[in-house]
Amino acid sequence: MPVDTKHWVKVFERPASLTMARSTYCPGCHHGILTRIIGKTIDELEIAERMLVIAPVGCSVFAYLWYRCDALQVAHGRASAVATGAKRADPNLIVLSYQGDGDFASIGIAESIHAANRGENISVIFVNNQVYGMTGGEMAPTTLIGQKTTTTPQGRNAKGFGYPLRISEMIAQLEAPVYVTRQALYDTKHILQAEKAIKKAFTNQVEGKGYSLVEVLSNCPTNWHMTPTASNRHVAEVSEKVFPLGDLVDRG
Amino acid sequence: MPKGMVVVKKEECKGCGLCIAACPQHVLAFSGELNKSGYTVVHMERPEDCTGCTFCALTCPDVAIEVYRERATVKEA
Amino acid sequence: MGERTLLRGNEVIAEAAIRAGCQCYFAYPITPQAELLEHMAEHMPRLGRTFVQAESETAAISMVYGASAVGARTMTSSSSPGISLKQEGISYLAGANLPAVIVNVMRGGPGLGDIAPAQADYFQATKGGGHGDYHVIVLGPSTVPEAGELTMLAFDLADRYRIPVMILADGMLGQMMEPVELPDPVDPASLPKKPWAATGAKARAPNIILSFDLDPEVLQGMNNELQDRYRKIVANEIRYEETMTDDAQIVIAAYGTVARIAKSVVRMARAEGIKLGAFRPITLWPYPYEPLRTLADRVDTILTVEMSAGQMWEDVRLAVGERARTPFYGELGGIVPTPRAILREVKKHAG
Repeated sequence: MPVDTKHWVKVFERPASLTMARSTYCPGCHHGILTRIIGKTIDELEIAERMLVIAPVGCSVFAYLWYRCDALQVAHGRASAVATGAKRADPNLIVLSYQGDGDFASIGIAESIHAANRGENISVIFVNNQVYGMTGGEMAPTTLIGQKTTTTPQGRNAKGFGYPLRISEMIAQLEAPVYVTRQALYDTKHILQAEKAIKKAFTNQVEGKGYSLVEVLSNCPTNWHMTPTASNRHVAEVSEKVFPLGDLVDRG
Repeated sequence: MPKGMVVVKKEECKGCGLCIAACPQHVLAFSGELNKSGYTVVHMERPEDCTGCTFCALTCPDVAIEVYRERATVKEA
Repeated sequence: MGERTLLRGNEVIAEAAIRAGCQCYFAYPITPQAELLEHMAEHMPRLGRTFVQAESETAAISMVYGASAVGARTMTSSSSPGISLKQEGISYLAGANLPAVIVNVMRGGPGLGDIAPAQADYFQATKGGGHGDYHVIVLGPSTVPEAGELTMLAFDLADRYRIPVMILADGMLGQMMEPVELPDPVDPASLPKKPWAATGAKARAPNIILSFDLDPEVLQGMNNELQDRYRKIVANEIRYEETMTDDAQIVIAAYGTVARIAKSVVRMARAEGIKLGAFRPITLWPYPYEPLRTLADRVDTILTVEMSAGQMWEDVRLAVGERARTPFYGELGGIVPTPRAILREVKKHAG
């Protein structure tokens, strides 16, 4: 039904740098919100023609479908190393390494830490939802103590399985990174804060300032066995207690 | 006359309900209708209370919501 | 032609890569290719190009993927255990149709092995190594100057066919020094354009680099394209060298350092009246099956000699079948066969 534009002005629409492809994410998944925010950032900074999106392995393996930008799909865990190679080869590209729990903090942890340590001029978005979504709900390094997953059916026990890994705090210890922050998307206030943080992470790269990392505390309604709205409450009331929000480093 | 209006794109909506929870005015609700993908879609149940705040659109993971405001209330760019 | 100088195999490969226009080099230290890494560390930054000592061989091959995807000529080097680490990355490069040069300066294995020369990675290099239906072009230099020539060729073949190319050298070749005439640097303007590269979607549709599709029929199509390309490479890029095979009764089949030793053995054998020749594959993939098969029709015996338990030997037997006898002589664990030892084997079979 057409909108009467004499009376109404559109104040919110799909960012231009997003494709029309329907996302493959589950209903209520924060990956979708994050995708919109990235699209909005690309629009605002007018960098679509310079963008290089690096899609990992995980639920966001299809990230290359969502943006009207050049993109690479890469091996599990290696996105930060691929980003390094790409940015060194063509520093004019604005390189986004978009990674989940396994990719960033498990199989790829060496690449994640070393790209940060070398201060690669890239923007990294780390989606932390404390579980491996795509492969059916296994434990992630970030899984909480007591959290039930398919590989911790009795709940994660620190003995034998370790503690939730706060990789951003580890990276914040390094000399090189210029911006390390943890954000969330569970309500409007946090979404707006996350938008600012992500814009800063990209602006830092455009201005050649160095390595930026935005960890986004996210949900997984499917593998947490919750409704999306309940999962938002879980992030606010449970996940955030273990992964505090805020800026860990801001040398911008 | 409501200050705002949203359009939920029926075939884009996955019925996740985040927008319903986000709306401070309780405008949105499940319509009871299924789209072609089998999701229960959302609509404006109480359009008269919409202020065009965009909270629903901000949280929609499928960018399925467009938001409009009364022309008179929107500042010139 | 360029200046003439005395260089190690490792250094020649590095310098040839630079002259071929290698823009980005990523590697992790491992013996016996340290000099390659060091040469690049010294010269690449000086030339304004990229040198990164990666955190691991796995990271290095991923950096190669990134640099290649955005259109740069790029290379990594390692030795056997490090090449094992790179296999997933090489499969990804092959699946994503990305050009790259990978240097393996082979050493004794399996496991940590030793740091002495070996040829025990032939299967890994030519039969896949990583997962999936793919090939990389494999070049086997036999002398230090040839290592330089084949490195330059590797970059050209990689770009021409959008395929990873491996230089399969060994610790002996890497370490020994020979006089080399260095080639002139390639003119960057003459390098092929890469319209497929992810250079930023300016005034064109986005370029997506991937090796993946969930739809089996689409993936089958992607695989078929790869296989078509491999058939083209097989038809056009086979390289080999024959030494005194015209009247030979027995022929040594060998590649790399062993092929070089085999040439001495040919001289020694001929001096004793034995009609010995040598067949040296230069491309190990695509393998020169046809020329070897043709040769096998004329000779009694093809003796394969390798620094391995008999890996190329399988391809020799595949080529030759029943046409000639196909014995094998190998040294394991990093031992380099002496000319005298090989000649003893030749005499055993020369009848």
